[in-house]
Amino acid sequence: MFRSRSVAVALVLLAVAGFTAAQSAAQSAAQSAARYPGIGRSATPAEIAAWDIDVRPDFKGLPAGSGSVAKGQEVWESKCASCHGVFGEANNIYSPLVGGTTADDIKTGRVARLRDAAFPGRTTLMKVSSLSALWDYINRAMPWTQPKSLTVEEVYASTAFLLNLGGILPDDFVLSDKNMADVQARLPNRNGKTTAHALWPGNEFLGSRAPDVKAVACMADCAQPVVASSYPDFALNSHGNLAEQNRLVGPQRGLDTSRASGKASATVAPNTSPASLLVASPVSVRGAAVAVGPPTTVVAASSASAPPAPEIDQQTALNLANRHTCTACHAMDQRTVGPGFAEIARKHAGRVDYLAGKIKSGSAGVWGAIPMPAQALNEVDAKTLAAWLAAGAGK
Amino acid sequence: MRSLQIPMQPGKIQKAPESFLSPDQARTVMAEAQQGRRGFLRGAFASAASAAAVVAVAAGGAIDAKAQTSKPSQVQAPDAGDPNILNLPEHAKGLGQGVVTQGYGRPSLHEVNIQRRQSPGLTQTTQASVSFAPLQSMFGIVTPSGLHFERHHQGWWDIDPTKHRLMVNGSVPALIKNPKVFTVDEIMRLSAVSRFHFIECGANTAMEWGNVAVPTAQYTHGMLSCSEFTGVPLLTLLEMAGADLKKGKFVLAEGADGSSMTRTIPMSLILSGEVIVAYGQNGEMLRPEQGYPLRLVVPGVQGVSWVKYLRRIELGDKPYGTKDEVIHYIDLMPDGTHRQYSGLQECKSVVTTPSGGQVLLDKGYYSITGLAWSGRGKIKRVDVSVDGGRNWRSARLEGPVMGKCLTRFNADWAWDGTPAIVQSRAMDDTGYVQPTYQQARAVRGLRSIYHNNSIQSWLVQANGEVSNVQVS
Repeated sequence: MFRSRSVAVALVLLAVAGFTAAQSAAQSAAQSAARYPGIGRSATPAEIAAWDIDVRPDFKGLPAGSGSVAKGQEVWESKCASCHGVFGEANNIYSPLVGGTTADDIKTGRVARLRDAAFPGRTTLMKVSSLSALWDYINRAMPWTQPKSLTVEEVYASTAFLLNLGGILPDDFVLSDKNMADVQARLPNRNGKTTAHALWPGNEFLGSRAPDVKAVACMADCAQPVVASSYPDFALNSHGNLAEQNRLVGPQRGLDTSRASGKASATVAPNTSPASLLVASPVSVRGAAVAVGPPTTVVAASSASAPPAPEIDQQTALNLANRHTCTACHAMDQRTVGPGFAEIARKHAGRVDYLAGKIKSGSAGVWGAIPMPAQALNEVDAKTLAAWLAAGAGK
Repeated sequence: MRSLQIPMQPGKIQKAPESFLSPDQARTVMAEAQQGRRGFLRGAFASAASAAAVVAVAAGGAIDAKAQTSKPSQVQAPDAGDPNILNLPEHAKGLGQGVVTQGYGRPSLHEVNIQRRQSPGLTQTTQASVSFAPLQSMFGIVTPSGLHFERHHQGWWDIDPTKHRLMVNGSVPALIKNPKVFTVDEIMRLSAVSRFHFIECGANTAMEWGNVAVPTAQYTHGMLSCSEFTGVPLLTLLEMAGADLKKGKFVLAEGADGSSMTRTIPMSLILSGEVIVAYGQNGEMLRPEQGYPLRLVVPGVQGVSWVKYLRRIELGDKPYGTKDEVIHYIDLMPDGTHRQYSGLQECKSVVTTPSGGQVLLDKGYYSITGLAWSGRGKIKRVDVSVDGGRNWRSARLEGPVMGKCLTRFNADWAWDGTPAIVQSRAMDDTGYVQPTYQQARAVRGLRSIYHNNSIQSWLVQANGEVSNVQVS
């Protein structure tokens, strides 16, 4: 890879700059830099100091300084508590920082509750294995809305106060670059870590090369499946209406989960509730435990199952009729130029589509000699007015 | 069959797609769709049949049978055929829109449902949050840049590229002889490489470790995207700064935003030339949400290492133990130990059609299709099952099949209308086989949060509804 890359680069240079010497694979850094004249410049010491703020687990990069628990409490209450709680325990915005560690954990360096699958949640102090990360992160990213605004003393102090909240440091402690390593030795979960896995691409950590989960590709007569967990019916609409989250064309549609019942009714036959199948776990397929209805072939138009036409109140309907100047020719009850709304409603009760069509395209000869011209109102409004008329025009 | 009794035969016997919208949404969509019919409807008359069809669509499929039969037609016999064919639409009879109506084109208005979305309740802020890509609606392997999943730790920015800088320095002077500053201009002057790679959050599918928790493929697997990235190998920049690549064993990448994200980057991927400092994404510059103007591309490794708004690279002799290496992005094992520096995304796949929250339109032919990927290399094979993993057959891999990139697969399926549990199982070119939930849990338990690459199951019910299930 290295070789071919160098050759490729050399060829580019050959074409662009007229270099003729082929570059060797093991090129020195100086030669490499010389291959790209005019690209990049040396960083100044001040620039490096401004940006090189990282602090490693061995505390390389840690600035000299100190901060007390007492000072930390001031910083905490003014700049941290609004999100993390006065005691670092708040979980309304972020995971709690403090809690779940014991004095015994400080001795062993292993948080015992991490072995307890029933223990709810994991706080920062239960997880953190390197004190440097707390200091570094507070320094570079806190407070959340004003990152990099804390002084070195404030970073030391707030770190100290956080550890004090966790029972790791006493109230009168002053944390400094001189004693960070000692405090590291008190972190409750300092030993609860491993790099013995195959999820790091490379051997810098001397981890395992072999994946921990080993599956084989069985092709036939494999394990008989039983549904052990399924998405609950009551939560169908928890992520919003799934019908609105799928394309309107293609091999499938999204499930309409917006119905008040929580049932997805769009394509469900009356006697086949999706819930019944979901609840009937364990479910197996292909001739096993499932008892469900026949495939539901859904028809284009079923007056029995069609959703009701949208309903609007009387005032909205009249406002709409007014806006589209329907009322220039139609009154509520009596005939004016054309028939009254109530009259139309009686004659064409329930005929939403007919009425909408007439509104849009106009009409002649039904109510008398005067024709109604086609109306330019939009489809939605035509439909809304038609539905109002078909439903009795408020009567 | 009720549909056969309808005098006017529509294009399909299934309910129109609009039926799955709420009345409000149907009105909105159909108002757009039907605007073009105005001219037709303004004519001297419209047939009752076509008017009925228009209204039926707008009403969510409620065709008034009486209207159709009482006023059969003034133009055509009601059973002459599909009005979408018989009545020429406006777009066949009018003048369309001109060039540059949109200086930067947008998707069709009919594609409005295809959005990246948040999972309700997952996070309490939008700035430290995630949005999921709509995998269930995508084709091929490339994620449109505007649908790329988002993960921000402290909000996103649209940074002025002329003021953005990239620094390369060492943890000690000996490791980088000549610490460098590059402008974006300079990085873009260098000879570029363009490569297709997937990016997946380490916590993708995390909510499903213990049990089914979310309804659709968007939420189970949508912290996954794939793009063609263009940039410069990081190795080139390190060499230009005079890096000692023997003593330097670890590289820190750092972002320029408020979070100034830091991660330790695997040296093996840098030395192989795979890690690139990218500015391009799918033929244009990176989107701001994806780190404009510079982001690190670390193929096969979880997204948190693909540091956005990249401002600094440091070569060191020891790992960096950053917040997202010792507090977050650590995998809790059943014995209470956390795995650290667990970045590699192992072989995984998911069926996107059919998938949770969808409804199949009818019995008959479907192509079971989905995506497979591996952080270790290329996809070698994908098997699919329609009986919950009892029996499997191999799917077709659609080319190109590239390393550390999404691969699209397809398998023919004639659905007979009986319940089915659809699964896919991927294998990569190292021979690694995607595990079942039982196999993954047996080793990693239920609490690791990260790196859930278990086989996904979708239950297709007899009524065509598809839901998220897990089998044991």
